[in-house]
Amino acid sequence: MNSKDRILSDLRSQQLPAAELPSLDQAWTRYEDPSAQFTSLVESVGGRVVRLPSQGDLPAALAEIQAFTAAQQIVSGVAEIVGNVDLTQVDDPHALETVDFAVFPGEFAVAENGAVWVTDERVPHRAIYFITQHLALVVAADQMVHHLHEAYARISLGTSSLGVFISGPSKTADIEQSLVIGAHGPRSLTVFLIG
Amino acid sequence: MNHAPLAAAFVKDRPRAEWHDATLWFVRAKRDKAAQSLPEWETLRECAAQIKAHTQYRLADYLEQFEREATKRGAVVHWARDAAEHNKIVLGLLRNRGVTRLVKSKSMLTEECHLNPYLERNGIEVVDTDLGERIVQLAGEPPSHIVLPAIHKKKEDVGAIFHKFLGTEEGATDPNYLAEAARAHLRAKFVAAGAGLTGVNFAIAETGGLVVCTNEGNADLGVSLPKLHIASMGIEKLIPRAEDLGVFIRLLARSATGQPITAYTSHFHGPRPSGELHIVLVDNGRTGIRANEDFRRSLNCIRCGACMNTCPVYRRSGGHSYETSVPGPIGSILAPAGDPAKFYSLPQACSLCGSCTDVCPVKIDLHHQLLTWRGELGRQGLISWPKRLGMKLGSFMFRHPAVYRMVGAIARKLTPWLPRAVVYNRFNDWGRQRELPEFPRESFRQQFERRQREQQR
Amino acid sequence: MPTVGLFIPCYIDQLYPRVGMATVELLEERGYQVEFPAGQTCCGQPMANTGCTAEARPLAERFLELFGGYEYVVAPSGSCVAMVRCHYDEYLAGRPGFEELKAKTFELTEFLVDVAKVDRFDRRFPHRVGLHQSCHGLRELRLGSSSERMVAHYSKAEKLLRMIDGVQLVPLARADECCGFGGTFAVAEEAISCMMGEDRIHDHESAGAEVITAGDMSCLMHLQGLIRRQHKPLRVMHIAEILAGDKP
Repeated sequence: MNSKDRILSDLRSQQLPAAELPSLDQAWTRYEDPSAQFTSLVESVGGRVVRLPSQGDLPAALAEIQAFTAAQQIVSGVAEIVGNVDLTQVDDPHALETVDFAVFPGEFAVAENGAVWVTDERVPHRAIYFITQHLALVVAADQMVHHLHEAYARISLGTSSLGVFISGPSKTADIEQSLVIGAHGPRSLTVFLIG
Repeated sequence: MNHAPLAAAFVKDRPRAEWHDATLWFVRAKRDKAAQSLPEWETLRECAAQIKAHTQYRLADYLEQFEREATKRGAVVHWARDAAEHNKIVLGLLRNRGVTRLVKSKSMLTEECHLNPYLERNGIEVVDTDLGERIVQLAGEPPSHIVLPAIHKKKEDVGAIFHKFLGTEEGATDPNYLAEAARAHLRAKFVAAGAGLTGVNFAIAETGGLVVCTNEGNADLGVSLPKLHIASMGIEKLIPRAEDLGVFIRLLARSATGQPITAYTSHFHGPRPSGELHIVLVDNGRTGIRANEDFRRSLNCIRCGACMNTCPVYRRSGGHSYETSVPGPIGSILAPAGDPAKFYSLPQACSLCGSCTDVCPVKIDLHHQLLTWRGELGRQGLISWPKRLGMKLGSFMFRHPAVYRMVGAIARKLTPWLPRAVVYNRFNDWGRQRELPEFPRESFRQQFERRQREQQR
Repeated sequence: MPTVGLFIPCYIDQLYPRVGMATVELLEERGYQVEFPAGQTCCGQPMANTGCTAEARPLAERFLELFGGYEYVVAPSGSCVAMVRCHYDEYLAGRPGFEELKAKTFELTEFLVDVAKVDRFDRRFPHRVGLHQSCHGLRELRLGSSSERMVAHYSKAEKLLRMIDGVQLVPLARADECCGFGGTFAVAEEAISCMMGEDRIHDHESAGAEVITAGDMSCLMHLQGLIRRQHKPLRVMHIAEILAGDKP
């Protein structure tokens, strides 16, 4: 008998008391001002939130960010921003090690924890989200859910090979509990809330 | 092994023990704040416990569903009965692709399986990429906490380790400077790696997906650069549906470190384009624990570490005093299951305060299971003979009230007359740092009986 | 008059008789007739906690025999009552009278609040008091809201103490951390036990407590041992003693 069969047969030979799934239809906390909640959480972990009236305002807004203006290699997944590294022309994600700034769309944001949902659909190399020195995500302000139960209700989990909630720049507190922003992944996260 | 002398050694450096205690209490306090911010906190815990109980009940079906769905999406699923088989599978995957450099994000399961030394013996360079894990890896130590692996290290210690291995300035302690050095060092490792191995925080049966939560992004870097992603998971990490993740992701980081969510909560379904995803499902004693109704609920564990942060004993003895991959309250339940003779002292390394049970996000009755373990170890004859003898004598005395009264009377009469050196000697463990109570002339029952007689007159 | 079977833990019987007496006075002044079954000795907790369940079993059976007939069973000890209500199932499940015994066995403060419905004391205790929330009472009997759980604050001991004129409850940094007694733990893990006790004492000292009180004399015995060895001016008093009108 192989290990799979042994494990399954052991499990099936055990008699456990029946236990049903609970209802997840509960009174989960909703926020009076979800954007404000979202913003305060992103900022509390060293990220930045910038409100813009429209996506057309992105170039001007990015021009105010030092990391963007100083960037030598830029990857952009939004039409309004022109990058100089085209992911579709990159064969090997290792080449992205030198990318300074990446701008990508986020599908929606979550108020309760300051997270933005992004996927690797239409992103040829998912490594870009993590290997870039600085990351900016662009989300429509009206695409904001209150909590994760709403979030998972709107995601079709499994349709993309990667889906990730990004809630701030990379960070660590592993050196005597001192918070360091910019661990291995991006050193900064800017979230543009549009509209 | 025996926890008590290791704990005593830890306490001996009192300032350091106090620092360790305060540091972990602070993490507990952050957890409290995060929990307070959600009025539905106790509801979430109850939902989580019920989801886990249900999953346990139908585990075989959900494992098969998981395998089907994961395979549909292009992952390859392996089953490992024990640690040795898991290690063999991982090595085989690496060897078959000529991989000699592996980057690894945090996986307590791989600690449990002692994967690193096994791979290293077989010519694989393994780099733990979680910063805390890398620190202890360079220091040649095991992690002392499952979420905060280097919590026992001060920045001076880290500075010394990095000076030796990464060439940072001697005496440097600034966390930003040291973390920057680690960033450069580890990025080079990500780029050079032939494969990335991650643990699994949650696996979803409905979709065949894996969820990995990090603050550093190290898991993501590790599996997005090399083509091969190996994911090692204990079979108890399964949950039924995507919507169940709402409950667990809301509980995990809040319980672990007091954050609403980690910086990266990554959901992997199948390999990335032109990549490979191999998932290794590991039993290693979990089916055995599931069979035991007293200890089954310990499989609810989502490895958040909250029980360690709240445990007054763990905070004052440090993770290394448990000498097992997962320490603290949950570890003291899991370790004896694998080797009761070795880990008999762990369920005793506990004052039964119950704080662990009350912080556990999945409502494991930790302190009750620790007590049950004591009875189980007693039945297996793994209690020290002085303890057993003491309890036999005590039980005899308590079953014979006349003997009990006599022993009490003698103790009360004699002890005040004994010279201090006789009472406080090296056999008197109570008296090492404490005075004995005062011995009154009359016991309560003597006073009560006298009072009854006087009232009847 | 309702009759209470009084259970006095062995170490209170032999070492802290005043705690037992204070308990009797508190019950009698509320109109209860107190009986003390003479055959009692120990609830069996030390044996059970050491894993010697075979040695605990006869003591559990003895307890049921001695106390099964009373209308109420009261003990000035959260840990002993927790043993009866939470850990006797292993020995006595299915025995006639056992379910009833569990339902009628109370720790002193919960008896005073929930059964006797005490709402006033005509006493003064003008001192700064640190309330140590003994773990078994807190997390097994739920005599108060533990800080780990997100529930509305309540504490039966606190409620009673606030009825005593002049009591100033001091705010602790860690409201319900364990004192480190833990039974045989106090000796088997002596170093940790004493560090935990000292940390509790420092908390009470920093908060300005003159008297540390608790519902379990075992916690206080351990803290008192440390306090006396270090010649500190802090006093310990079981809550029964404060409620009964004793002075520090």
